[in-house]
Amino acid sequence: MAGLESASEGSVLVRAADRPGGLASAIVFQGASLFPWLRVRDNVTVALDRLGLDRAEARRRADEQLARVGLEEFAGAFPHELSGGMQQRVAVARAFAVDPEILFLDEPFGALDEQTRVALGAELARIWESSRKTVLFVTHGIEEALALADRVVVLSERPARIERIVEVPFARPRDVVALRARPEFGALAGTIWEALRPTLRGR
Amino acid sequence: MGAEVRRANEPAAGVERALRVLSPLALVALWELAVRVHLLDARFFPAPSAIAANFVDFAASGALAANLGITLERIAAGLALGGIPGVALGLLIGVNRWARAFFEPLIALLYPIPKIALIPLVLLIFGLGEAGKYALIAIGVFFVMAINTEAGVRQIAPELLEAARAFRLRAGTLYAKVLLPAALPNIFAGLKLSIGIAIVLAVAAELRAANSGLGFVIWNAWETLQVERMYAALVVVSLLGYGLSLAGDALERVALPWRGR
Repeated sequence: MAGLESASEGSVLVRAADRPGGLASAIVFQGASLFPWLRVRDNVTVALDRLGLDRAEARRRADEQLARVGLEEFAGAFPHELSGGMQQRVAVARAFAVDPEILFLDEPFGALDEQTRVALGAELARIWESSRKTVLFVTHGIEEALALADRVVVLSERPARIERIVEVPFARPRDVVALRARPEFGALAGTIWEALRPTLRGR
Repeated sequence: MGAEVRRANEPAAGVERALRVLSPLALVALWELAVRVHLLDARFFPAPSAIAANFVDFAASGALAANLGITLERIAAGLALGGIPGVALGLLIGVNRWARAFFEPLIALLYPIPKIALIPLVLLIFGLGEAGKYALIAIGVFFVMAINTEAGVRQIAPELLEAARAFRLRAGTLYAKVLLPAALPNIFAGLKLSIGIAIVLAVAAELRAANSGLGFVIWNAWETLQVERMYAALVVVSLLGYGLSLAGDALERVALPWRGR
């Protein structure tokens, strides 16, 4: 769907295209997708390459997004000087900076510890509120999926087929921490676990 | 407090540094002694003191600087003329499988030819002028730079190429901001090898096919039986190699700031 691989069957219908000032899509990968030789700000501006912005505008956009993830002070640092969580925040800033119509997040916080993961999820939800873009978020975390999504598509394991689609009713803006204490949250998590039961065998 | 951790059979840092200075000095002292007691034939192995005296003459007459300058010029020209196209070809065959399939066999066939064996051919084509020396050094450097650059491009992390594709970087940006920096550590490894190759080829070409440069000084000293001058010129070549390799290290530190240290 992100244009990295072609479909095995069926087709993908996406009403999104590159336009002046924005790309059709952007991706946040699981880890280590920042260019180690570029400073944090340059890692964001290089992604704006296709948009043909002038240097000042690219820099302004990068700094704006870095500020939203709280990393404006680190604009001049190299990625290796940042923690894993901070690096993923840069990757999130980079994805939002290209102003995509669709945002793909491929287990973006999967390599981080649980607390950092929840913190970055909360931050993502907050940033998302201002644009409300379409986001496709791939995760193995059931709580993470419920806390962030409007709709959870449960996939089976190899081959990945749709096992179940769960609509998530919680109102926005959400408090992704308080949400976890609600009984409906636990009930929905139970529904998803049941849908996953066939894939739990043979591990 | 001795916070430094070392194993029992390793030298302390100070001792290690002293040993590094001591070994060349010990060699020189032993040599001097061996000549003085006639253990070594001074016609072939003049005493270091005699070589040093000749070295002072060599420097004071201006001949050292002039010939060193000419050799250095040939090395620099050869490195640039061979290195830049070498890096460009290496980047191309590192990314493009069509280009790799086309160029790889050519490189595999041409690279193993000892470049010194090309001196007669280069003389035939270019004559005794500077162009031939530049060409010879450039050929030697070209292959090493192409091979190292290709290796550097091919070991780039796949995640980074995916990111470049995801944000649909333009070709120029892909090369300048992703592929070239990714290959830089290997390019510098290639540059250090190339410096050694360039010195060998420059001096070799100057031995017979020049009337200037350090290689010429060495050959001329043999023809006129000035053995001390021959050694003095060899010392200059050795120091030139050492100096260029230090310069390469310094350049690498400046060009790769993201590698820390």
